[in-house]
Amino acid sequence: MRAFTVETGLVAPMDRANVDTDMIIPKQFLKSIKRSGFGPNLFDEQRYLDEGQPGRDNSQRPLNPDFPLNAARYQGASVLLARDNFGCGSSREHAPWALDDYGFRCVIAPSYADIFYNNCFKNGLLPIVLDAAIVEQLFQQMYANEGYQLTIDLERQVVITSAGDEMAFEVDAFRKHCLLHGLDEIGLTLEQADAIRTYETGWRQQSPWLFDVIQ
Amino acid sequence: MAKTLYDKLWDSHLVQQRDDGSALIYIDRHLLHEVTSPQAFEGLRMAGRQPWRLDANLATPDHNVPTDYAERSGGVAAIQDPVSQIQVQTLDDNCKAFDIVEFEINDRRQGIVHVIGPELGATLPGMTVVCGDSHTATHGALGALAHGIGTSEVEHVLATQCLIQQKMKNMLVRVDGTLLPGVTAKDVVLAVIGHIGTAGGNGFAIEFGGEVIRGLSMEGRMTVCNMAIEAGARVGMVAVDQSTIDYVRGRPYAPTGEQWELAESAWRELHSDSDAHFDAVIELRGEDIFPQVTWGTSPEMVLPVDGTVPDPAAISDAGQRDAVERALKYMGLQGGMAITDIRPQKVFIGSCTNSRIEDLRAAAAVVKGYKVDAGINQALVVPGSGIVKEQAEAEGLDKIFIEAGLEWREPGCSMCLAMNADKLEPGEHCASTSNRNFEGRQGFGGRTHLVSPAMAAAAAIAGHFVDVREWEMKS
Ligand code: SF4
Repeated sequence: MRAFTVETGLVAPMDRANVDTDMIIPKQFLKSIKRSGFGPNLFDEQRYLDEGQPGRDNSQRPLNPDFPLNAARYQGASVLLARDNFGCGSSREHAPWALDDYGFRCVIAPSYADIFYNNCFKNGLLPIVLDAAIVEQLFQQMYANEGYQLTIDLERQVVITSAGDEMAFEVDAFRKHCLLHGLDEIGLTLEQADAIRTYETGWRQQSPWLFDVIQ
Repeated sequence: MAKTLYDKLWDSHLVQQRDDGSALIYIDRHLLHEVTSPQAFEGLRMAGRQPWRLDANLATPDHNVPTDYAERSGGVAAIQDPVSQIQVQTLDDNCKAFDIVEFEINDRRQGIVHVIGPELGATLPGMTVVCGDSHTATHGALGALAHGIGTSEVEHVLATQCLIQQKMKNMLVRVDGTLLPGVTAKDVVLAVIGHIGTAGGNGFAIEFGGEVIRGLSMEGRMTVCNMAIEAGARVGMVAVDQSTIDYVRGRPYAPTGEQWELAESAWRELHSDSDAHFDAVIELRGEDIFPQVTWGTSPEMVLPVDGTVPDPAAISDAGQRDAVERALKYMGLQGGMAITDIRPQKVFIGSCTNSRIEDLRAAAAVVKGYKVDAGINQALVVPGSGIVKEQAEAEGLDKIFIEAGLEWREPGCSMCLAMNADKLEPGEHCASTSNRNFEGRQGFGGRTHLVSPAMAAAAAIAGHFVDVREWEMKS
């Protein structure tokens, strides 16, 4: 996994609450058996005026002029500013894959759906929770200033504006550690293989009906 | 110390608690399907890893499979959409390569993962159950700790039989009193979501309790737990009682003989202690719940069938007004109109929420002796599994549907998320027994109204939503 330490980038808006995973990446794109290539179809139904299909040349499709990510001023953004309950809906990891493939490294919102939040960390994407009032301020600053950038320092757990204002955020210590160092969680867990085996032996003795049933 | 059901399930599966608050949790059952697994198998291959414990895994294709008999009968090779075909084929290939048991496309035990797990006894009380699908909470109806995971976690479970988890908070949703005739489990859970909102359960494991929940059949409890995620909670569950035990007994993978005796006595402990602490308690009365219909693009945008669609002009909060206006525009509805004036062009009876035998019986009872309204372009009935399909046909339900003008299909997810050929056309309204009414969920530009099977069936006949409590059954 790619490590996340400090990121400075252009900020783009997804200015509505309850953005669901179907909206982030519509289901027809879930048919891919790969992890990459979802970026051109991020927010597909909002971004284009016609219906997207896998394998279609997206550069030929009519863009929705009202969708912010299509505006010149947000091209190249790596920080997504969003509203409450971002990423609700399904467990599809294609949602963080699409955000990542598009070029986002970080999402800032007042709250997230649990599964999406969790999935982000496993893909080197940092979901930051800031107070709704602060997020509202950031939205206003972003709208008022073309080229608006933010810096995210994960080690220090702060979001920094170009004026130097800092806003602290919380992040779980284990997830932070993995993200900072780009660690593979499976490898880390397998270091505990003995503990897993010990547990498994005890559990098998206690609940033998759970084992060797499906063969 | 007094424990909740969730606390008990968590504690019994705790491999390692870490100082930073995270924990390693052991997984008893892992269900796989074709959409969220290919990249996980690929990851295993790339790292040169093998599954930790083969017999914990069970796979079946469900999201992409065609439900039309002609296309379905030819198996994987006959799937017309080449991308769907690759995905189903990839699952078959991966299961063979890694030696994982799979019920392939035309196996009679194939079906929606969340239907076949309980039906086969592959998911049992007291288990931890995961699947790369957010509706995994369904299995919590059996007193299991079940939740959806992402593809990285699918790979993690395959490789380690564990997940890294943070413990959630405990929420009790208690529904006491009695349900009015014609009000079902689906209406209960939609009312709960309407009450707490789609983010209300974020960070919580929800236990559903109270007289009404205890009075539901196991299938009804599955419907309720299925939609916990629509209230923001990854986990929904119901305590084990006599109904649970009776349901599990005799299922193909359920324990037998002495093992059964042992299992049953362990399962009898799977309930919250009477003085257990919940971080949040929500209470509803059964009598207050009417048949529900969603009008908007989020499951929390739900109303009793006798209600009227909200009028943005009457909403003072700007953010809320905005959300309502946006939803109404997408749904093509006028603020203030009666729910019963909404006319669907399609009807979908199916999905892991409502495709079990009791759901099909309820829908069949309503349509029996009637004909589908001329304004309905298509009405699909899609059983949740091959076994449900067999049972329904043995009871003659298929004939009742076909005579009334509904289509009887092969099992799968179908129009719940429209990854196969079953879709809404742009602008079409659908009375759907599924669980999500998000924009585009059932097809680009499609407009979903979530309802119970009986309500969907009644809408198919009447051509608009009606209060199923006033329906005249012709039996
Ligand atoms: S029926 Fe719908 S919600 Fe259930 S598993 Fe299939 S796609 Fe997901």
